[in-house]
Amino acid sequence: MKKNWWKALSVVLLLYVAAAGLLLPVPRLAILNETIRNLYFHVPMWFGMTFILAASVYYSVRYLRTPTPELDIKAHEAARTGILMGFVGLATGSIWARFTWGQWWTNDPKLNGAAIAMLIYGAYLVLRSSFTDDQQRARISAIYNVFAFAVAMPLFYILPRLTDSLHPGAGATRPSPSTTWIATCASCSTRPLSAGRCWPFGWPSSPAAFLCSN
Amino acid sequence: MQKDFRLEWRQRAALNGMLLYVSSTVFVCYLSFSSRGGQLPAPAWNALFWIVLLFSAVNAVAKGFLQESRGRMLYYYTVVRPQAVILAKMAYNAVLLLGLALVAFGLYAVVLGNPVQNVPLFVGNVLLGAVGFASTLTLVSGIAAKATNSSTLMAVLGFPLMVPMLLLLIKVSKNALDGLEFEASRSSLLTLVALNMIVGAVSYLLFPFLWRS
Repeated sequence: MKKNWWKALSVVLLLYVAAAGLLLPVPRLAILNETIRNLYFHVPMWFGMTFILAASVYYSVRYLRTPTPELDIKAHEAARTGILMGFVGLATGSIWARFTWGQWWTNDPKLNGAAIAMLIYGAYLVLRSSFTDDQQRARISAIYNVFAFAVAMPLFYILPRLTDSLHPGAGATRPSPSTTWIATCASCSTRPLSAGRCWPFGWPSSPAAFLCSN
Repeated sequence: MQKDFRLEWRQRAALNGMLLYVSSTVFVCYLSFSSRGGQLPAPAWNALFWIVLLFSAVNAVAKGFLQESRGRMLYYYTVVRPQAVILAKMAYNAVLLLGLALVAFGLYAVVLGNPVQNVPLFVGNVLLGAVGFASTLTLVSGIAAKATNSSTLMAVLGFPLMVPMLLLLIKVSKNALDGLEFEASRSSLLTLVALNMIVGAVSYLLFPFLWRS
């Protein structure tokens, strides 16, 4: 218990997030309505995925410098956790899109980029399973992991910003500091892809506003 | 490095095969659309062109490492640095893919019509695409060659990795088809160059580790 206190703490925190995210008061906004609660679940998934995949790359690089099985296991498990978070992020995003934009899947660059990035990381798992020799598997999947990270991150953070997207921070919809990104979402969904004009509008302060203010 | 390039060039037995592969693919496309009089709307033309290039690129580059014999690899290993090998392979593959792409473009334009209004932009775009495909696929084929089911793995690993590039390429070539000015596609082209550099640099750094095993 002394050594694993942070595991217990994270379980408690996650339980609190699940309960509070569903029960505590949230800002009322047109179109979003109660789906704004998804902000607690959808957005952290992507942040978490990015950090955990970065950790995986870190361990892969360390493995390439000094090959020990432990580093390989860490890289592999981090990548698996990141992939799981990515899939949950896609699922929550899909549900959210259904109730705000009206479709399970929209032709949005960020959605497509995320789906392709998941394919890239799915290939990582396939690659791992196609070796019999442990050392070779560790080395080659470490190489692929670094390569995949370098290719997948532009998909998340660079390419969607070049085109119009329903997501915040894209193309012409780059919000001013006072604009919260939910406001961007709300105005974009009334007039898809013409959202050069997004109105900043205030709301009662809440954890959600803190989370998503730019 | 130059010597290595020449070594690559010497074993170009597969080149004719690849040319035939590309031309038959283009011809199959032509036949499948001949019910419409051989004329395609521009977006379909564009998409089909890049799909043809994608598949021929995967096939062409896959040969690079898969067909190397073990003895020759060992020989390279003793003679040159790994960086020279990967650079030579990337350069060779880029030239090969560029040649294939231009042949494909020529044939394609002959049988399916040429709706491209800004040809220099289109060819420049194809050039960037060839370099990008070559640098991505060279490392991937090196990885796939080490595994047991290489040919499946080549497609599984290669296709998703090429998609970011492909999205940009298709966007720029759509601009070229519509005859837009260079300004309209400059930011995409710059991103494409940056992406090529990232992929090239990462391949260059990682290949020595792959080579050693």
